[in-house]
Amino acid sequence: MKRRRAVGRSKTVRLVDIAHARSGDKGDTANVGLIALQPVYYPLLVEHVTAARVARHFKGMITGKVERFELPNLRALNFLLHGALDGGGTISLKTDAQGKVFSTALLRMEIEVRT
Amino acid sequence: MSSRPATVRVAGGQGFWGDWLEAPYRQVTGGPIDYLMMDYLAEVTMSILQKQKSRDPARGYATDFITQMERILPTIAERGIKVTANAGGVNPRACAMALADVARRLGLGGKLTIGVVTGDDLLGRLDGLLARGHDLKNLDTARPLHDVRDRVLSANAYLGAGPVVAALQRGAQVVITGRVTDTGLTLGPLMHAFGWAPDAWDRIAAGTVAGHIIECGAQCSGGNCLKDWKRIPDLANVGYPIVEARADGTFHLIKHAGSGGRIDVASVTEQLVYEMGDPREYITPDGVADFTTIQLAQAGKDRVRVSGVRGKPATDRLKVSIAYFYGYKAVGTLVYAWPDALEKAKAADRTLRQRLKDLGLEFEAIHTEYVGVNATHGPLALKDADFAAIPEVQLRVGVRARDEKPVDRFTREIAPLILNGPPSVTGFAGGRPKPEEIVAYWPALIDKRMVEPAVELIEA
Repeated sequence: MKRRRAVGRSKTVRLVDIAHARSGDKGDTANVGLIALQPVYYPLLVEHVTAARVARHFKGMITGKVERFELPNLRALNFLLHGALDGGGTISLKTDAQGKVFSTALLRMEIEVRT
Repeated sequence: MSSRPATVRVAGGQGFWGDWLEAPYRQVTGGPIDYLMMDYLAEVTMSILQKQKSRDPARGYATDFITQMERILPTIAERGIKVTANAGGVNPRACAMALADVARRLGLGGKLTIGVVTGDDLLGRLDGLLARGHDLKNLDTARPLHDVRDRVLSANAYLGAGPVVAALQRGAQVVITGRVTDTGLTLGPLMHAFGWAPDAWDRIAAGTVAGHIIECGAQCSGGNCLKDWKRIPDLANVGYPIVEARADGTFHLIKHAGSGGRIDVASVTEQLVYEMGDPREYITPDGVADFTTIQLAQAGKDRVRVSGVRGKPATDRLKVSIAYFYGYKAVGTLVYAWPDALEKAKAADRTLRQRLKDLGLEFEAIHTEYVGVNATHGPLALKDADFAAIPEVQLRVGVRARDEKPVDRFTREIAPLILNGPPSVTGFAGGRPKPEEIVAYWPALIDKRMVEPAVELIEA
């Protein structure tokens, strides 16, 4: 919670301060598993890191839709980013052809949480 | 029936072909284990192996496996450790023969039974299957396989744990398979050791989850782990993971004492979500695991307890991994230095694209990245950057085409930029990039009844 900025009765939180993540690929789809660093942060992720919000975050980087799945048991959300990998696997011309670092790209996202 | 053990230890020894050569040796010598599981096959590996086999019928398997086994065979023979590996690629029998040779050379002739699992290779049967109405539609694009049939290089159904169990039951100490799922190589030993029925869905799911956790080697035991990564100890001696399972389907994730890395809820969770689709439906040939039922708890230092896993019956289809020839690609890079490093790299990219256009070359895609600026996080990374201060940028341009000719010409347009493009450029010591054949992946499904796994035994 290092970055604070007063916006009414809320503050800005960067996901990297409340979550960790790992990503991988399935064809042209990248998956990002977003995991709360503390159990209390999980509800914040559920509330603020919606599929629509993630789609906006990755605007211009993915060509397909974003799906979200909840894993409350692991305090994690799983996102599927379709059309993220320029064809994926061996076809892709991207450095990150297998979507390995979409994880930390998601952690750049900022959310406004109530204080 | 022999008595059942209270716990069984399955060690992960290899997460992909090219993983740490030291890992299998350390797993069999670092402490007690019952099974060593080694995964070698990525999605396009099969096509590479198929190509090797077409040139030499004695090849087509993961040769690293043989050299790794040579090093550990005396130990596993002495300690009775069993091995499951999908190192057989498209030629499991040749792989087994090569291993038998090594065993005899080490004086283990007559002391090693090798199980060989086949039946996954559908390449020779494709036309028959297509003719019978199995269209092997692409799971992502829904196109029928017919569209690329003449360019197919390999086709393998994913087999599950069943034939691995059969080989173990018939006395195999080493089970060599072709395209068996990564998870099946861990689940098989557990089903065999505990006598789990193929329709004990919760246990099948638990063994599948265990397999998923250790199938990427150290990626669950501290490797590539983001949480507190700076405090993960001694990655130089990272301990590869071991599943310590009980007959009820609960298990602990552990590693050998004295090894580096870290096993905690965070490291295991990161691996659980890796390459995940719908967590409620992790589909394998053996059953469907529900990842939303997994409970993790720290049960000691470098020890995580996994329990609660629920499963559902297997589907009536198998996934088929098909590889086909797609076209050509090449990637060229140059490094530009301060001042104006990024501006210079951008100017070089514009110049290059203009020349490609003027030459009338047609590409399916031209992709530019500025490594050090936007290659990993794209436009997201550009918000806070101080561009004037950037000490250097690597321009990285990739092209892709169905024909080789434009790609080949592209590779000759990089070096000229050194003398006839923007200034302060270096980093071209590697020479001209080479056009590379693209072998693409075509995932499909097939009726399970069309695939018949087979098991044979070879004595060393």
